[in-house]
Amino acid sequence: MFDWLMWFTRMDNSKPLALVLFFGAFCGVLIYVFADKRRAQRLESYKNIPFDDDEPCRLDASPVERHPQSRKVNGQ
Amino acid sequence: MAQSSALPAEQYNYSIVRRFTIMAMIWAVLGMSVGVYIASELAWPFLNFDIPQLTFGRLRPTHTTMVIFGFGGSALFATSYYIVQRTSQARLAFPWLAEFTFWGWTGGVALGVLTYVLGITQGREYAEFEWPLDIAITLVWVSYFVVYVETLRRRTQPHIYVANWFYLAFILAVALLHIFNNLAVPVSLTKSYSLFAGVQDAMTQWWYGHNAVGFFLTAAFLGMMYYFVPKQAGRPVYSYRLSIIHFWALIFLYMWAGGHHLHWTSLPDWVSTLAATFSVILLMPSWGGMINGIMTLSGAWDKLRSDPVMLFLITSLSFYGMSTFEGPLMSLKSVNALSHYTDWTVGHVHSGALGWVALVSFGSFYHLIPRLWDSKMYSQTLIYVHFWLATIGIVLYITSMWVAGIGQGLMLRSFDDYGNLAYTFIETVEFMHTPYVWRALGGAFFVAGVLVMVYNMAMTIARRQPAAETQLSAKPAQA
Repeated sequence: MFDWLMWFTRMDNSKPLALVLFFGAFCGVLIYVFADKRRAQRLESYKNIPFDDDEPCRLDASPVERHPQSRKVNGQ
Repeated sequence: MAQSSALPAEQYNYSIVRRFTIMAMIWAVLGMSVGVYIASELAWPFLNFDIPQLTFGRLRPTHTTMVIFGFGGSALFATSYYIVQRTSQARLAFPWLAEFTFWGWTGGVALGVLTYVLGITQGREYAEFEWPLDIAITLVWVSYFVVYVETLRRRTQPHIYVANWFYLAFILAVALLHIFNNLAVPVSLTKSYSLFAGVQDAMTQWWYGHNAVGFFLTAAFLGMMYYFVPKQAGRPVYSYRLSIIHFWALIFLYMWAGGHHLHWTSLPDWVSTLAATFSVILLMPSWGGMINGIMTLSGAWDKLRSDPVMLFLITSLSFYGMSTFEGPLMSLKSVNALSHYTDWTVGHVHSGALGWVALVSFGSFYHLIPRLWDSKMYSQTLIYVHFWLATIGIVLYITSMWVAGIGQGLMLRSFDDYGNLAYTFIETVEFMHTPYVWRALGGAFFVAGVLVMVYNMAMTIARRQPAAETQLSAKPAQA
């Protein structure tokens, strides 16, 4: 029943399969990061996070109130 | 220099960050001083004094453990606890557990060093701790993971900043590496035997060894870079999307490269080739990350003339670029045939450890110290003095090891017209004496720089404003 699993135990099969899977995943990451302009804009906005804490934040505020920039980008 | 405003004392837990920062500097002085001593032993062997506890074999793991796990580890704990709070805008979770990580880590490293001097070791490079300490370190590490993840979970910032990705990958990967590499059968409280045998044992060891470099000494310090370079420069990182690609590519590729430490051994040839291939591909994400860090200064290069902290950070990235070029080069089988078992490897490791890891840590600490103690650095001039002592020390170290290693490799591979070895082993040792003296001198320069930093740091803390002192003394109670 599970004899087909034996196919994966052969290095001649599993090595190219691993190559295809990992290379495909890497291409997926590239496409996700660079393909969509609006997503790119949102991702680039995160680079400012280290500067968000230059002013004391209000602990009683909601995340969206504390980070209006994120709301603007997410809700564009 | 970019300055962020002081924040309310109750917002973040700085007490734990201060402790790890101080401890990192203590380990730096101890570990690097031992390094200079054992470098001197190689140049002048009488320094062994026929005392077993002072021999190179026992002091070498003492040196590596104090600098990698003592200095590097404490620097990572300090900066990761600082960064995760500030980029999540949430206070550190479970302060008592964070306290446990401090005492557990510091105590673990101290006990480990003591056992090495007494001759108790597993004999696995960078994993010499015997099994009771391995278990204790696992508990500390799991606690670190819990504190870190829970702090992230409590974040008020919708996105997890990329520096935290690198730190989290480091925490997870080190847990995996530590557990599997230390699987052993204990035969007494101070002795165990590896669960693996033969070439599998060697492969497991270097899967661990190389990824200790990849995740402990690279990924985590890249997390440090992605926070402190933008903060010190006062401008965001060059490309956030590049940092995402950098992260995933680096994390994926590093795990496969360990086999290049075992070229020309009984390791299967295809594993060796696979490791060399991945090592060469690693150049791309490594340089992508380096360029991302350096280009953060694009349009503000003048900061390198006016800000010594920026000098530390950008120079560290330059050394990162240099050592991540040298690494793939040395992983090629033909180059490795010459470089392996010579001091070229030692020089390569130190260009990464001193040039990248130590300089980025010092730069980050110079950024941190005034903020942690709510003060100004005692002397900017001393930061410049430290920078030049460190840089001269590194250059002396690396160049002398290139001369020693490449010369040694060439001598060991030389044959006369009749096919006999052209040089005896002792002739190669005699040849290396002069570079060894220069290496010890380079190390002494570097330690001198660290002592200057410790003085500058101590004076900064001692001379802080009384108002700040009152405020700081109130912080632990609120922690």
